[in-house]
Amino acid sequence: MKGSIYKVLGVLLVLYSMIYGLLMDIPEDTFLEETIRNLFYHVSMWFAMVAMMGGSFWNAIRFLSTENLTLDRRSFCLAEMGMLFSFMGLLTGMMWAKFTWSTWWTNDPKLNGTAVTMLFYLAYFVLRNSIEDTRKKARISAVFNIFAFVMMIVFVGILPRMTDSLHPGNGGNPGFNIYDSDHRLKIVFYPAVIGWILVGTWIASLRYRLKTLQE
Amino acid sequence: MRFFLPLLLLFLPLFSIAQNGGPMYSNGRIYVVVIVIAIIFIGLALYLFLLDRKITKLENEK
Repeated sequence: MKGSIYKVLGVLLVLYSMIYGLLMDIPEDTFLEETIRNLFYHVSMWFAMVAMMGGSFWNAIRFLSTENLTLDRRSFCLAEMGMLFSFMGLLTGMMWAKFTWSTWWTNDPKLNGTAVTMLFYLAYFVLRNSIEDTRKKARISAVFNIFAFVMMIVFVGILPRMTDSLHPGNGGNPGFNIYDSDHRLKIVFYPAVIGWILVGTWIASLRYRLKTLQE
Repeated sequence: MRFFLPLLLLFLPLFSIAQNGGPMYSNGRIYVVVIVIAIIFIGLALYLFLLDRKITKLENEK
């Protein structure tokens, strides 16, 4: 029972962000109009993805130092969950882009950087499945995981900030806080991020336990 | 059934506010959408909890 507190908390936080995020008063006079509410849903997918990949990266490092195969399994399941979040983020982002920048895809550095990152992680799954020997598979995929995580930080976190980007807070663009002088958005956005991270961890843990049972 | 009953229970408080002209009809009926979204997410969460319980049961058998 004690172990499931975070699950209930995650569900409640996401539910709060869904309900209050739709009902709250939003800052007026922004060109985003009502779509500014997507901040609670679309952006939290990316935060959750980075958290999942971070957990995967951390478990990959620990695996390399301990050679404990359960850590490899954890790393894999978290990466899988991160992949799901990134697909959700990408699809919702395309939807938002169509009605804000009037195109499904632009050559925005953040979009292309994300696409490259997702290809790296897809390569991670292909690499994993192409090796038969369990120990070898775990070791090689842990090394690749570390590489992919660092690449994600570079492509999503650093490069878009150094050039011009349509995304807020990048390349001289103002961040979301200019629309939000009284921090109204934050009281929904941060709980949404925490909630999705908890729910994501939960689903990854279910996948991990199932994988453990199978072996 | 064990799964759908809690979902149906969600509707009980709604019956009391669902009369004509009640709060559910204000603000362009946005509350209807909010409740629909909430039901979907609660349903998914309940399903996850059941899945969690089933996996725990399997683990205990081993």
